[in-house]
Amino acid sequence: MPLNKDQIAKRIAQELKDGMYVNLGIGIPTLVSNYVPEGIEIMLQSENGILGMGPYPEEQDIDADLINAGKETVTLLPGGVYFDSAESFGMIRAGKVDLTVLGAMEVSENGDIANWKIPGKMVKGMGGAMDLVASAKNIIVAMQHTNPKGESKLLPNCSLPLTGVGCVKKIVSDLGVFDVTPNGFVCREYAPGVTLEEIQAKTAGKLSIADDVKEMTF
Amino acid sequence: MGLNKVVAGADEAIKDIANGSTLMLGGFGLCGIPENCIAALVRKGVRDLTCISNNAGVDDFGLGLLLQTRQIRKMMSSYVGENAEFERQLLSGELEVDLIPQGTLATRIAMGGWGIPAFFTPAGYGTEIALGKEVREFNGKMYLMEMGLTADFSIVKATKGDTLGNLVFDKTTKNFSEAMAKAGKITIAEVEELVAPGEIHPDHIDVPGIYVHRIFKGSNYEKRIERRTIKK
Repeated sequence: MPLNKDQIAKRIAQELKDGMYVNLGIGIPTLVSNYVPEGIEIMLQSENGILGMGPYPEEQDIDADLINAGKETVTLLPGGVYFDSAESFGMIRAGKVDLTVLGAMEVSENGDIANWKIPGKMVKGMGGAMDLVASAKNIIVAMQHTNPKGESKLLPNCSLPLTGVGCVKKIVSDLGVFDVTPNGFVCREYAPGVTLEEIQAKTAGKLSIADDVKEMTF
Repeated sequence: MGLNKVVAGADEAIKDIANGSTLMLGGFGLCGIPENCIAALVRKGVRDLTCISNNAGVDDFGLGLLLQTRQIRKMMSSYVGENAEFERQLLSGELEVDLIPQGTLATRIAMGGWGIPAFFTPAGYGTEIALGKEVREFNGKMYLMEMGLTADFSIVKATKGDTLGNLVFDKTTKNFSEAMAKAGKITIAEVEELVAPGEIHPDHIDVPGIYVHRIFKGSNYEKRIERRTIKK
């Protein structure tokens, strides 16, 4: 069975290491914060100006002056900090944020990512995605393996306008875990009940299977 | 008199904003937007504005109000996805839009405020936003040259300010407002609380009053929330 969104988030949470500063994008990436492994301390950065972002507030604690980059009401944990947008992207650009998790419409076998624009259809803007992918030390993409038409989102080349070039290191899709290497996508893990044949059939870009490929565990 | 920056209200603060002016407007989404001045701009009916703002409000609030009345000719923003009227005007060609990566936009404004004409950033290298921009390699990585930004008027909303124009922004209302307050040829600040000099601890001032030209105590803040999320 392909993974659901929470399972994708849960698998990405295994990539978190103690002491990391992490920026989570909108959608599946946001769910990762629900699955931080026991004994691991991380700090969430939100690019509108928070380090130490906490969970959503209780009803009585909602504050219009305290939102995250997805414009959701949030809280601040003890020791958290507020700062302005230029400062926020300064710490991103300087590589202080250890891990960025974001969604994508397409990823190419050399690590290019497209996730901001569909010409003639969607013109919402890139927000902070171009800054994040250009500077993050480590980028994991969380996404469905195929688009709603069933077409592969892991491609030889992106067809949509790019957000960044050669920047994605790892993909966790509903079908498995993939490293992006100089030799294209390498399947490291497959979702329980998903076959390597299915993964191969749904991956349009160059794909190899790791010698030690294994079933994903949670 | 002297260094007192206080004006009566929003209408007086924006009275010399002319058709075709370039404005910076603080806020992230609807968080920390200058509600009073936006309402005054609608009342004044000034047109052909170029608005530099991270977002474009929602259909019936924030900069969406100035879009409804077709007072904006051009937007410079990073994300405008919350506004259907914006998308309509853009696709029909009525509105010109310059989409800019969020960190590049924030830094262009900050550099403008600090008198730095240009800088290099890797954001957007290899993408369509790199077209026509100077590319340079530093330490093996590719960067785009981006220009500092200033505006005829910067309009920000601060949590607190004093009569000298010193400003404090609470929580995530610092966002773009802090840098914008420094990048206006004329900077207008509306504040929730207006106090006398010395009442704000000097260590706690986010923007020194030297950058601010006009300040007034705003009123009737709606502080609308875009996505009201609570703990499940």
